[in-house]
Amino acid sequence: MKETNIEDQFQAKIDAEIKIEPKDWMPDTYRKTLIRQIAQHAHSEIVGMLPEANWITRAPTLRRKAALLAKIQDEGGHGLYLYSAVETLGVERDELLDELHSGKAKYSSIFNYPTLTWADMGTIGWLVDGAAIMNQIPLCRCSYGPYSRAMIRICKEESFHQRQGYELLLTMMKGTDAQKRMVQDAMNRWWWPAISMFGPNDADSPHTAQSMKWKIKRFTNDELRQKFVDVTVEQAKILGITVPDPDLKWNEERGHYDFGQINWDEFWEVVKGDGPCNRERLAARKNAWDEGAWVREAASAYADKKSKRQKTAAA
Amino acid sequence: MKNWPLWEVFIRSKQGLNHIHAGSLHAADAEMAIENARDVYTRRNEGISIWVVESKYIHASNPEDQGAFFDPANNKVYRHPTFYELPEQLKHM
Amino acid sequence: MTKQEALLKYVLRLADNVSILGHRLGEWCGHGPVLEQDIAMTNIALDCIGQARNYYQYASKIEGIDKTEDDYAYLRDPLDYYNLLIVEQPNKDFAYTIVRQYFFDVFHFLFLQKLSDSKDKQLAAIAEKAIKEVTYHCKWSGDWVLRLGDGTDTSHEKMQHAIDILWTYTGEMFLMDEVDEILLKEKIGVDLIGLRQEWLKIVSEHFKEATLTLPETTWSQKGGKQGYHSEHLGYILADMQYLPRTYPGSIW
Repeated sequence: MKETNIEDQFQAKIDAEIKIEPKDWMPDTYRKTLIRQIAQHAHSEIVGMLPEANWITRAPTLRRKAALLAKIQDEGGHGLYLYSAVETLGVERDELLDELHSGKAKYSSIFNYPTLTWADMGTIGWLVDGAAIMNQIPLCRCSYGPYSRAMIRICKEESFHQRQGYELLLTMMKGTDAQKRMVQDAMNRWWWPAISMFGPNDADSPHTAQSMKWKIKRFTNDELRQKFVDVTVEQAKILGITVPDPDLKWNEERGHYDFGQINWDEFWEVVKGDGPCNRERLAARKNAWDEGAWVREAASAYADKKSKRQKTAAA
Repeated sequence: MKNWPLWEVFIRSKQGLNHIHAGSLHAADAEMAIENARDVYTRRNEGISIWVVESKYIHASNPEDQGAFFDPANNKVYRHPTFYELPEQLKHM
Repeated sequence: MTKQEALLKYVLRLADNVSILGHRLGEWCGHGPVLEQDIAMTNIALDCIGQARNYYQYASKIEGIDKTEDDYAYLRDPLDYYNLLIVEQPNKDFAYTIVRQYFFDVFHFLFLQKLSDSKDKQLAAIAEKAIKEVTYHCKWSGDWVLRLGDGTDTSHEKMQHAIDILWTYTGEMFLMDEVDEILLKEKIGVDLIGLRQEWLKIVSEHFKEATLTLPETTWSQKGGKQGYHSEHLGYILADMQYLPRTYPGSIW
């Protein structure tokens, strides 16, 4: 019998669409790639709560307020599922949060943009969650079991997020000129950051090939971006708003929309920490964590006392 | 959270079904773990009963043992009803 | 005051209590001390807002005019808001939030128990539904009172401080005025004075277990139920009502 090495066996499992589970052997780089990617994803969920939370107290109807709260709460839940998935790889949530708070870890740059009007709540649901869903659906088939299961749960729960956003915008577009102006303005501000969410062009994305081979990724950044542009442009037409891209044009031959060049300088600037809200977002997360320290400590201390008392009572 | 242990959450989705692993979370004690599980994992009517267990108490079989553990059950076809051939006229058994 | 007028005011008080408390809890969203509790507080906020909507919708029926739940929430001035002062107090820190919640939850639970026997079928039905949610709220805030009261020195101190300040807002929960009297006589409303002893018993036993002390003072803040609020409510409503007030008649 031919000896196959353990790395070949691992790849053979992946090729056969067999999920990798926490205790299975895996290459160190596979583990590291997953930790980095899932942690970034988790951080994006909880930092992503902030721009929307900015409007909770100003939601204009009780129905919208409840929907917005429920949506942001889901994002917290999704962060939690994802942090749990990372923990199966041997890294605790505390360590990941330390990396987030120190600025070492990254999260989706989109959340470093400000939410300026109520239309931003709709636009985030429509564009940002839309792009996220595009990214996440293939992740449900990711080769790593816990990540894949978390994504299945997340995708199921997220299905209302994009719809509520689009419905919110539709309602505003049926309203006054002031409301329509807010929607178009939100589109102008969020469109480019939204299509940047898929990451650098394939040519500039060195890890893509390996991630595809490991079936952590199923489609390249540009493939997903194209798909997103194609469906979103049609949705913008139904809304009656303009996509802020003069180069946007249907390409009969390709069967896709052509679109303009993303400003990658701005993208990298924001990734590196110099976006409009990077500092505020990190400070808010860090503040919540630091201010919560005494609460977490108290709960631990109480749990200790309680278990000691129970032991004494039983003795 | 250094001292808030990790808990595994199992949910019974409806009466008559098994508790199934839903995910995990952090909590200071069992009481809090159950409450957190309720808040996190049953927001959409997913459950009617919750079990939690501290993750450190779960012992798992080793993937390396998978062959020795589970393959031997493969060739015990006589454990399955289809192994036994019965006459056609016997409709249900 | 007619029975009808009293009933409307009564329902608006109940609605405003949960609407404003839900609003305050919503401010925590994204900023909680740990992810699991962030999610828990939002759940309670959502329960509160859901209850508020039920009451506002009922208020519109009582008035029999074409008002929506949002007209009540978004187009009334602070003087026409009738919530208890305690629910509008700022979150400040987690201890403050927990004490505010616990004081109100225990009252709310006892109140709803009685209200579910109301002769007014609609109110009884709303109470019946709310009571399940509030039972959980009581457990959640009650457990946190124990953890923080009997946790560390720091947490104990913060809790005691919050209690000392918020205590003066608890008396208002048990004050009867004309509205309460009219509806009590009609067997629609709840005897608030009657709730006080039980509330005090539950709270003081629980605080004892949590090693916390109830303040001695019996002096109480009041006025919220009649529309006279602390300075906080104006700011809450300024935020909350900003869009509907700035763009009158717009649909959102």
